[in-house]
Amino acid sequence: MQHTVRERWRSLAVTNADELMFGRAPKPVTCGFGLKLGEGKVFPELNFTLPTMMLDETNWPSVVAQYRDIGEMIVRASQRLHLPGLMVEFELLPPMTERPEWGAEITHILNEALATAHHSYGLPCALRVTPTDIRDATRPPSLRTGEEWIVLQQSLRMCAKGGAHVLSIESIGGKEVNDEAMMYGDVTGVIFALGVLAPRDMAFLWGDIVKVCEECRIVPGGDSACGFANTAMQLASQGMVPEVFAAMIRAASAVRSLVAYEQGAYGPSKDCAYEGPIIKAMTGAPISMEGKSATCAHFSPVGNVAAAMCDLWSNESVQDIRLLSGSAPEAFLELLAYDCRLFNQALERGTEKMYQDLLVHSDMHLSPQALILSPESTLRIARAIVAEPTHYLQTIAAARESLTILREALLGGILPLSIKERRWLDRLERSLDELPEVEEDLLEAMKERYGHLFLPESYGL
Amino acid sequence: MRELQDLADALINGYADRVSKLTNELLETGVEPQTILNEGLIAGMTVVGEKMRTGEMYLPEVLQSASAMHASLKLLKPHLVKEGVESRGKILMGTVKGDMHDIGKNLVGIMLQGAGFELVDLGLNVPPQKFVEAIGMHQPAVVGLSAMLTTTMLNMKTTIEAINNAGLRSKVKIIIGGAPVSQKFADDIGADGYARDAVKAVDKVKELLAA
Repeated sequence: MQHTVRERWRSLAVTNADELMFGRAPKPVTCGFGLKLGEGKVFPELNFTLPTMMLDETNWPSVVAQYRDIGEMIVRASQRLHLPGLMVEFELLPPMTERPEWGAEITHILNEALATAHHSYGLPCALRVTPTDIRDATRPPSLRTGEEWIVLQQSLRMCAKGGAHVLSIESIGGKEVNDEAMMYGDVTGVIFALGVLAPRDMAFLWGDIVKVCEECRIVPGGDSACGFANTAMQLASQGMVPEVFAAMIRAASAVRSLVAYEQGAYGPSKDCAYEGPIIKAMTGAPISMEGKSATCAHFSPVGNVAAAMCDLWSNESVQDIRLLSGSAPEAFLELLAYDCRLFNQALERGTEKMYQDLLVHSDMHLSPQALILSPESTLRIARAIVAEPTHYLQTIAAARESLTILREALLGGILPLSIKERRWLDRLERSLDELPEVEEDLLEAMKERYGHLFLPESYGL
Repeated sequence: MRELQDLADALINGYADRVSKLTNELLETGVEPQTILNEGLIAGMTVVGEKMRTGEMYLPEVLQSASAMHASLKLLKPHLVKEGVESRGKILMGTVKGDMHDIGKNLVGIMLQGAGFELVDLGLNVPPQKFVEAIGMHQPAVVGLSAMLTTTMLNMKTTIEAINNAGLRSKVKIIIGGAPVSQKFADDIGADGYARDAVKAVDKVKELLAA
C-alpha cells in the first residue's frame, strides 16, 4: 500500500531564530479539554510508568489500581499547583499494546481523570496516548504484515476511541540497521537507515495513524527518533560513541520525524524527540521537549537548551514509586509546574528572549549535542533540509550542516573538542562526502552489508 | 616474540588485513595456534578493553579491532579444533520475555567475543523455557540475562527459577544487566553477578569463571 505525501516542506514556518521561542508556535494546536498549545504559554507534560511489578493477567487489577491512583493524584495536584494547563502522556508498555483492550482501559481511566479536573475547576488539559511499536518482536522485523502490525493498528484505534486526545508513537522502522551501523561508526549505514529506510516506514505508518485520528477526530501528534538519536545520545554519555557522532545523528534524524507531518500529523511532537525544534522551524507545529527535569528517566547534555523552544515541558517518564514528599509522578509534576511558571512569567513580562539565551548559553558551549539545538543551529539545519528534494538528500544535508556548525564553533573557539572528537569530526565529514548522490546507488551495497538485518519488503523496496 | 607483538598492535589499531596476514605468517613459521591466540589476539584485545575502559577508544574502534580478531580466528579455528584447544568459555545470552530491547545485550555479546569467549545469542523476548532448553543444548559456563523495563525485569527472576527447577542452576553462572536492575536486585533474585555496562560485563564473566 502506497501512501501519498500530503505536504512536503519547501520553506520554513519560522525564518528568524529570534522567533523560535518557547510557548509560541506559528501553527498552534487545540486539543482535548481546551488545551491550547503554542499560543503563548508552556504547559507541563507528565509521563509515568509502573514500578517494578509483573504485568500479566493475574496482576492486571493491581495495574489498573495504580493508574487510577495516578489519575486521582493528577486531579488533586493540578489544582494545588495552579496549573494553567496540562498534557498527560500515557505511554503503553508492550503487553498493553499486545492486548489492545488493556491499553484502551487505562486510556479511559486517565481520560476520566482529566475530564474531572476540567469539569471541576476548568483545567485545560489533554491526554496523549503512545502505543508501543511492537513490530520489532521478530528479527528482521516485518513492518507491514503479520500479527504485530495488525495488533498495533487495533491498539491505535482502540486507544483513539477509548479517550486519547493526541496519538503518538516512537516508531522503529530502520532502527534494526541504525543500531548496527551506529555501533560500528558506519556513516553510510546510518544515513541509509535514517534517510532511506526510516522515512519509508514513517510514511507507511503515519498514513495509517493520521487516518485513525481523522476518523476519531483527535490529533495526530508526532513521532520520535528516540530509538535512533537518543540511543546515540546515551551511548555518547557512556563514552561509547563520539559526541559529534551523536549530534550528527540527532540532526539527520529530523528528516524521518518530519515524515509524520508530511503525512498529516500537526503536533505536539513527542517529548523525547529532541529533534523537535528543527521540526518546529519547518512545520510551525508546537513541540514537547524534555531535559533537566527528566533526569528520573535518563541523563543528557542538553538539559537547559532543550527547553529553549518547547511548548510542552516533560519529565519523559518516572516510575510510580513513593518518595519522601509523595508519589514520584506528583513530585515531578510539581517540578514541571515550577519550570513552566518561569517560562510563562518570562513570556508575560516580555523577557522571554533573555530567559531563552540563558537556557541556550548555559549548555551550548559544553557539548556538540547542545550546540546543534540552539535556535540558530536549529534554523540552519531546518533550512538545509527544506532545500533538498528527497528524504535521502535531506538527511545528508542535515547531517552535513550539523558538522559544519560544529566545525565553525571549533574554529571559532567556542566549542572545545578533545583530539578524539576532532578526529571523528574529520572522519564524519569525509564519510558524508563519499556518499552517492542518489539513494539507488547505495541500495545494493547496503543490502549486501545489512541484508541480514532488514526485509526490503518492509520498506516497499 | 616480536611478531606476536606486531599482531597485537595491528589488532589494537583495527587493521583486519594486516592481522590476517600476520596470523598466516605466524602459522607458517610454526608458532602454536594457542600461542597466537593468547599472546597475540587476546593480549591485543585486553589492551583494547582497557583503552575503552579509560575512554581512549570509542566503541566503533573497539569493534574494528573485534572484527580483525574474528578474521584471524577464522584462520586459526581449524588448527585450534585439530589440537583440541577450547575457547575461554561459552556464554549464553538473551533479553528476557516481554522485552524487545537488545542493543545493550548486543554490545555485551560483542565485547565478550572480543575477549575470546564463545557466544550463543538467543535474541530478544526469550521465554524462561527457551533459556532452559538452550542451556541443555549448548552447556554454557555463563548465562547473561538482559532487561530494560521495570515490568520485564521480574522475568529475570522467573527465568532463574526455571533454570533452578530444571536442575541446571549449579551448572551455570548467571549475570544480569539493563537500565532498571542493580547489584541488589541481582542478589535478591539469586543471580551470581550484575554488570552496569559492557566492559564491566566482561570483567564480571572473567571473575565468575576464575572463581
